[in-house]
Amino acid sequence: MNREDFEIFNDGLIYFDNAATTQKPKQVVNSIVEYYTKYTANAHRGDYDISLKVDEKYEGVREKVKELINAKSSKEIIFTKGSTESFNNIIFGFMSHYLKRDDEIILSKGEHASNLLPWMVLSKQLGFKIVYADLEDDYSLSVQKIKEKITDKTKVVSIAHVTNAIGDVRPVNEIGKLCNENNILFVVDATQSIGHMKVDVEDAFISFLAFSAHKMLGPTGVGVLYGKEELLERIIPLEYGGGMNAMFYSSGEYELKELPHRLEAGTRNIAGVIGLGAAIDYLNNIGLDNIHKYEMKLKKYLIDKIKTVPNVKLYNESIDSGILLFNLGEYFSQDVAIFLNNYKICIRAGNHCAKMLQEVIDKTNTCRVSLYFYNTKEEIDKLIEVLLNQDKIFDTIV
Amino acid sequence: MDANLKREIILDNYQNPQNKGLPKDDSYKQVNSRNESCVDNITVGAKIVTGKIEDIKFDGDACAICTSCSSVMTKALKGKTVEEAEIIIDNFDRMINEKPYNEDILGELNIYNEVYKQPSRKKCALLPMDAVKKIIDEE
Repeated sequence: MNREDFEIFNDGLIYFDNAATTQKPKQVVNSIVEYYTKYTANAHRGDYDISLKVDEKYEGVREKVKELINAKSSKEIIFTKGSTESFNNIIFGFMSHYLKRDDEIILSKGEHASNLLPWMVLSKQLGFKIVYADLEDDYSLSVQKIKEKITDKTKVVSIAHVTNAIGDVRPVNEIGKLCNENNILFVVDATQSIGHMKVDVEDAFISFLAFSAHKMLGPTGVGVLYGKEELLERIIPLEYGGGMNAMFYSSGEYELKELPHRLEAGTRNIAGVIGLGAAIDYLNNIGLDNIHKYEMKLKKYLIDKIKTVPNVKLYNESIDSGILLFNLGEYFSQDVAIFLNNYKICIRAGNHCAKMLQEVIDKTNTCRVSLYFYNTKEEIDKLIEVLLNQDKIFDTIV
Repeated sequence: MDANLKREIILDNYQNPQNKGLPKDDSYKQVNSRNESCVDNITVGAKIVTGKIEDIKFDGDACAICTSCSSVMTKALKGKTVEEAEIIIDNFDRMINEKPYNEDILGELNIYNEVYKQPSRKKCALLPMDAVKKIIDEE
């Protein structure tokens, strides 16, 4: 679908690493170029036309994000530099004064580093306990496995909607309902799902949500922190400076701005936010449901075809996202990835930044194909053709 | 050296690596070395007695270049003095990073003299030597 909007594919590149980052359509690139060439100005500052236009565009994207995730108010949308900064705000700006020594939080070992390391650091400081929910046999995470770990000390459940390493889609609506019933805050990492399926913060009773623009056709260096208004109000800003203060005096008194600006210190990534807006428009035009349906059809095609390749072992064929993990016989994943690169096919090799998973899965070094709507059956045919020539894998090693 | 011959030696050391497997012996100082791109992961263990590498072994999960290079490196460094080892490591590093080096002292390690053409492989080739450097530095 829509390949004509992606100039990068004109030279035969086959890009199957969409869980790492997605390609950018010309509409997104043009929106950024337009800001830099037609109306560069700072936001929330000037009384002149182009500055007002920047405000309109920048705040317009906040509305678009609000609509996209079904937030109640655009005040609940904070622009960050990506999921990692969003998580650090949630964990060090809110949880650092919310959690107490005897509390427990529930995570899973399938999470990305950005949803594990900050918790580990804070847990060392405050002494609360991190409890890891068990994964099912297919490495997915069920409501039941969360339920099993909930105690009267549980204060937070923090998980990805879709994991980057396994690609399993978590039943966030059910898990959110469970958290809500038990007075537990529900933190969701939507980085891998936001550009692929509907995310609804109301339906899933989500307290805080994080995602990055670059995995949903947008530019790098920009992301979103969503929080319920009453929770965001309680975040103690991690950054202070321009754009976030209302007034300050030499007496030491100061007053901060209201949400959302209080949590957006300094000049933000205006071009990035505008690019994110164009990406949301682009995704809405195709329709997230259409994207998900197409990806699933393509994934089925990939699974059927890859099974015809001798020595292929699949790890997650049952999961409901466009991510497929495999190994080719005893070949090391990186050797397979470099072999495919000779044919301009980009896949990811390694443990996909989910380093704790090696405590759960014996084989963590895998090849990962992650699909998006612009991938085609013809590209999959080419991948299969190269994998069938696996005896040539070391022909170009020197 | 002929490319086919180089490939053959690399693959032989990958498929049948020498000095693989770490002994449970405290006299071997061990250092783990990882590729930041989340892939290669090897540990090198060396027994150094009065300035000489009496034995050196490795273990881990790594690609063809890293595994074979670990094998060839252990063969090259076993029995060498620390000073000799340092010279070999320095020249190998120079070769991989396209700086002037003395190929005469690298012996079989010269099979990696074209790794620089594949930038993503450079780190794989340097990983085992990085581990040895750390072991020597800690001595």
